[in-house]
Amino acid sequence: MKAENDLNYAAIDNIYDTWKSQKGALIPMLQEMQEEFGYLPRTALEYLAKKLHQPISQIYGVCTFYSQFHLKPRGKHIIRVCQGTACHVRGIAKIATALEEELEVPVGDTTEDLLFTYESVACVGCCGLAPVMMIDDVTYGRLNAAAVPDILKKYEGGEGNDS
Amino acid sequence: MTAKPKIVVGLGTCGIAAGGREIYNAIEKALTENNIDAELTQTGCIGACENEVLVDIAKPGQPRISYGKVTEEKIGEVVTNHLLHDKIDREFALGKIGEGELSAEYDDLPYFFTDLPFYEKQVRLCLRNCGFINPEKIDEYVERDGYQALKQVITEMKPEEVVEVIKSSGLRGRGGGGFSTGMKWQFTMNAVGDKKYVVCNADEGDPGAFMDRSILEGDPHSVMEGMAIAGYAVGADEGYIYCRAEYPLAVNRLKMAIEQAKEKNFLGDNIFGTDFSFNLKVKEGAGAFVCGEETALLMSIEGKRGMPRPRPPFPANEGLFGKPTCLNNVETFANVPVVILDGPEKFASIGTEGSKGTKVFALTGSINRTGLAEVPMGITLEEVVYDVAGGIIDDGKFKAVQAGGPSGGCIPEDLLHLPIDYDSLTEAGAMMGSGGLVVMGEDTCMVDIARYFLSFTQIESCGKCTPCREGTKRMLEILERIVAGEGKPDDIEKLKTLGEAISATALCGLGQTAPNPVLTTLRYFQEEYEQHIFDKRCVAGICVDLMFYLIDAELCNGCGRCRKACPVSAISGDKKEVHVIDKETCIKCGVCVEKCKQEAISLQS
Amino acid sequence: MTKVNVTINGQPVEAEAGMTILEAAQLAGIDVPTFCYDPQLFGAGACRICVVEVENARNLPASCVTPIWEGMVINTESEKVVQARKANLSLLLANHPLDCLTCEKSGECKLQDYCYKYGVTESDFVGDVKDFPLEESNPFFERDMNKCILCGKCVQVCHEINGAGAIDYAFRGFASTISPAFGEPVENSPCVFCGMCTDICPVGALTPKLSKFKGRAWEINKVKTICPYCGTGCAIDLHVKGNEVVGASGNREGLANKGHVCVKGHYGWDFIHSPDRLTKPLIKKDGKFEEASWEEALSLVADKFKAAGAEGLAGLSSARCTNEDNYLFQKLLRVMGSNSVDHCARL
Repeated sequence: MKAENDLNYAAIDNIYDTWKSQKGALIPMLQEMQEEFGYLPRTALEYLAKKLHQPISQIYGVCTFYSQFHLKPRGKHIIRVCQGTACHVRGIAKIATALEEELEVPVGDTTEDLLFTYESVACVGCCGLAPVMMIDDVTYGRLNAAAVPDILKKYEGGEGNDS
Repeated sequence: MTAKPKIVVGLGTCGIAAGGREIYNAIEKALTENNIDAELTQTGCIGACENEVLVDIAKPGQPRISYGKVTEEKIGEVVTNHLLHDKIDREFALGKIGEGELSAEYDDLPYFFTDLPFYEKQVRLCLRNCGFINPEKIDEYVERDGYQALKQVITEMKPEEVVEVIKSSGLRGRGGGGFSTGMKWQFTMNAVGDKKYVVCNADEGDPGAFMDRSILEGDPHSVMEGMAIAGYAVGADEGYIYCRAEYPLAVNRLKMAIEQAKEKNFLGDNIFGTDFSFNLKVKEGAGAFVCGEETALLMSIEGKRGMPRPRPPFPANEGLFGKPTCLNNVETFANVPVVILDGPEKFASIGTEGSKGTKVFALTGSINRTGLAEVPMGITLEEVVYDVAGGIIDDGKFKAVQAGGPSGGCIPEDLLHLPIDYDSLTEAGAMMGSGGLVVMGEDTCMVDIARYFLSFTQIESCGKCTPCREGTKRMLEILERIVAGEGKPDDIEKLKTLGEAISATALCGLGQTAPNPVLTTLRYFQEEYEQHIFDKRCVAGICVDLMFYLIDAELCNGCGRCRKACPVSAISGDKKEVHVIDKETCIKCGVCVEKCKQEAISLQS
Repeated sequence: MTKVNVTINGQPVEAEAGMTILEAAQLAGIDVPTFCYDPQLFGAGACRICVVEVENARNLPASCVTPIWEGMVINTESEKVVQARKANLSLLLANHPLDCLTCEKSGECKLQDYCYKYGVTESDFVGDVKDFPLEESNPFFERDMNKCILCGKCVQVCHEINGAGAIDYAFRGFASTISPAFGEPVENSPCVFCGMCTDICPVGALTPKLSKFKGRAWEINKVKTICPYCGTGCAIDLHVKGNEVVGASGNREGLANKGHVCVKGHYGWDFIHSPDRLTKPLIKKDGKFEEASWEEALSLVADKFKAAGAEGLAGLSSARCTNEDNYLFQKLLRVMGSNSVDHCARL
């Protein structure tokens, strides 16, 4: 993990400059900052708060309100298991169990090697393909538990992880 | 018609998830390898999710043939057969669209929209372009009368006339509440303000709903055109589309569409050479279901926590940044160009007394045909479930249909004759909501479904008002107890009292409707709650805590595998004798089921 | 002002257009319970305890944010309303420590008052409860977020009245809490310890440390006075038990401050009964201070003034004096012939 004091402040300046003319643009700024750093480092938020002349308590309130924002570092790949109705009815629970066993972390956590962060998501909107999970931007539909290890393997090898 | 053959691949999120991109590449490869000169393009969702990936092939002068559930291996063959040998692969062909010459041997091929049962009862106004145009090419939208309604409005009509047309069409908000769109526009038009906004609510967060996503992915311009018309009518020159970030494809296509519309001057300054200017921005949500509530949505655009505020003041008077704001959802805006071009009378001729036009539903659950269907208001639930969706999978028995997502309710079989409109659904305790219809068969536990929906709203509660923050939590805890077999005799009464109190006192629509799934299942399926609480039984066989493993004495051959495998030694029996499981000791791990070669062990309720 | 006629609990009330139901009820002397309402703040409509029944309305609207209209028929204590309030209180109790026996707020706690009024003795609900550590690391007040009912008034006071913006809502739903950024204790935030949040808190979530265990609400006599610390003239209430000052709070009738206070007026009263406090003049004799009478002391000062003469005399006034005091002070110095006058606030 990169030390927070090595932060790329120029990147924050750029993001701020892009959005400063738009009213109420805190959320897109945070979204771009998260894109830049992978999460929202405290020092970056404090730096942004000063630039915006906005209380840091308020920015922290916004960060903790929206499930998209993360104040802790995240895994290289984000696994999102759909909790939609159709997926529920069509057995997503088994997929979730298989994932927990493979990843050895509960929902909401990141694997020790920082390769995967495992989350659940309300509904990815592919109900016709239930049960569904997403890894990064790729959707895997019509899943069964047996397929889970193979799907994960695709991300474990050759993706530049040093484990 | 183009002189070249045209191949269209359905690349909405569903199509892509089902492998549409790979199919697209495979077609490209087949065309190159066989030196075929054809136009390969993409389109949005046509609604038949069950048949993804969908590929349409049209030769000049021939009807367009729709192929469904195509595979990467076979698609090359399908394409070459069709284009080089005029052979239609019946394994994949679903139907034909449009007229033209076709070998007589294919006369029996059904017409896609009129003969296929999924489409037969549909009336496609909102989805008129979905599945037909390439959403990334504005010209294809323009070819199908795109931006003609906007032109007509701003060059020939006064704002008051536009509002009058929308009012007389009877169009009501498609986002859930069902408020008259024309009235909303009128309030915003009449509101005093130096600046006004038009906002499109594209924060479709209901589990089981994907109508708005499909429209944005398949026909973004229709929504933008509707917004521009609203802008002209209410006197706004700026609009925001608040789209949930979980819809990356929709966001990209919207951004692309906005750029293209600006180039053509359908957006921007002095549109069609008039004084009217209108600019659009896309705002991405950040993951909060409550932002589908209009005041929370506005808070979110303003960069704040998405916590609803009391109304009045209504957004029409004090909305975004305190300015008068006209706020409608995706489907509502997509209807607007149709209302203008076809005229309000024609629009109002569809539907029922109180609910005009069509409604797009996302059909999911235990049905044969899942997908997106646009049906006229007033159609019965029965027609939707049996005719459009093709009934329950495996000829199963219907139990209930959940309408309106977490804000809606479960409607039982004896209310299937209900015509779908805002008022009848509300009366039944459900609501139109944004249009999710989840059909449930006999193997669905209604207590578990109620628990599921409540767990959703409970997580998504913003936490501002007491009834929703604390109340949904307590309702969920009671339901969790019941499905775990620890229900108490007064739990039903507690759920009712608390549910009614939350409905009556919560601050926003999310909280007020959160108890609906529980209250409706209590209303129509109370005996299931009672079975869970008093008999500790779940007849649907869903609530594992209420189930037990049983060895079928007929099938058991006494091999002893299960006994050896059981981690808690709950199974006993002599060799070659029938084994039994001690229910008290069993931890329901299911290892015995896996070990049994006789398939003698099963979960019983 | 346009008048609007409404009926509240069967009683005709003539109120002003633009008023809320709550304001109209208050005008008619009808008490409606509130947690999150405060006339100085924006209507949040968050706590929902003030709901009332309005004829022909679908739900029970919150009276604090619902405007009245002509002919409105309101019932503030109908059976439906009472049921809803009981449910609300029961929900709050389910997630609130019941340590009224030792809670500082007991006797002036709105939750306690309303549970008493509606006969809610215990919650109908059992389940998860909040579990935040008690925050007592700053010298001025304690924050017990387990007692917080999330009315949000402290947040509004902090942002809109004080302007420090030290705290805000954090997280959401059942996990919601009020917190400085990153969950830090308040002393690591921009908090200036004005303590207005403790004054406005309707329950025992924010309580002044210095007053802890010093007296019950019903034992305390609030004595209005002017804060002695600066010349602004803020009205404060000294909380007096017996003959001892045990606390202070802003007084809303104060013309200069309307109840707003700063850290000094709020928490700087403990000198009053300090044994270190000087109560008699001291005169230094042979390098040691010795008690003296006022006559002795004043004579000594007068003698020294005379000896110094006008040229040797300078005056340093205090920011604790009002403008009028300071005016008189410079006048005095000038009468004595000196122009050397200054003021501590200029240093």
